[in-house]
Amino acid sequence: MAWNLDSDRPIYAQILEEIQLRIIAGQYQPGGKIPSVREFAAEAGVNPNTMQKALSELERYGLVMAQRTSGRVVTEDMEMIKEIRSKLAREQILAFIDKMKKLGFNKEEIVAMVAQTGGEA
Amino acid sequence: MSGLVEVMNLTKVYDKNKLALDQMNLTIPRGKIIGLLGPNGSGKTTLIKLVNGLLVATKGQILINGRPPGPESKSCVSYLPERTYFQNSMKVKELIAFFADFYRDFHIEKAKQMLANLRISEDAQLKTLSKGTKEKVQLIMVMSRQAQLYILDEPIAGVDPAARDYILRTIISNYNENATVLISTHLITDIEKVLDEVIFIRDGRVVLQDTVENIREQKGKSVDSYFREVFAC
Repeated sequence: MAWNLDSDRPIYAQILEEIQLRIIAGQYQPGGKIPSVREFAAEAGVNPNTMQKALSELERYGLVMAQRTSGRVVTEDMEMIKEIRSKLAREQILAFIDKMKKLGFNKEEIVAMVAQTGGEA
Repeated sequence: MSGLVEVMNLTKVYDKNKLALDQMNLTIPRGKIIGLLGPNGSGKTTLIKLVNGLLVATKGQILINGRPPGPESKSCVSYLPERTYFQNSMKVKELIAFFADFYRDFHIEKAKQMLANLRISEDAQLKTLSKGTKEKVQLIMVMSRQAQLYILDEPIAGVDPAARDYILRTIISNYNENATVLISTHLITDIEKVLDEVIFIRDGRVVLQDTVENIREQKGKSVDSYFREVFAC
């Protein structure tokens, strides 16, 4: 189905990450409406109760807000979006460093290689 | 509120010696999509037929909304059998009329919309349809009712992957929050993301009833992998 979900991790955590990523990437604009639970569930091909749980969790973070009339909107708090973006970037970097260490490189070598490859990219 | 379906000490013996259900106890809650999973011959279809009042229990009891299976439960249970039972000479539109006549909760417009989405002609005669298309038509009929309990016995076994996705989406977007969908299948991978809960049965007994998320969290694997482990031959 439409969303690429791993089979060995809780679904709710994965759809939470996906929606978070879409918000950070600007697919859903600050202050803009996001799809309803049902629409999201049908698109992702997941259980509506699981989708509900993920959206409630994002609401708890404050990244999305329930509107009194209908649906949910993305926060307009740009600081929060930036913060989450930095946090996710940090997680990616740590995971990358971890893998490089397993390949036998030390910190200095990794930094040098990133600088070099980054320059080429 | 008690469960939608309560199964108590349910035993079914065929031909005096073939034990199909062995003192089974089970509660099926409201508002959930539930997978009924088990190897061949574990008792899935027997359980489903008992809930639908098509078989009589040897011992024990089933209550649907607090009452044994009967005319009342049939009016709120929408059942997709594992085999098709339609008259082959009928046209799709005659089938729609038949269902609308038979079930007060049948939504004609909903059925027509779904048929159109799958590009199935209402003028087609059932005998001209492929096996998979017939199964789609049957599922559309079943899902077009406004039931409290949908029981789908192997709903996706005979259809192609694209139609499978459509069917699962149909289930997600059509069931209402108070209705329960019970899906019996072997094709767990295709279906587990759609489920709230799974019930594993073996030798006529429930060996596990848990949420998909709990299984994934606690076992670190998909329900499909876990099933293969539990039922390894």
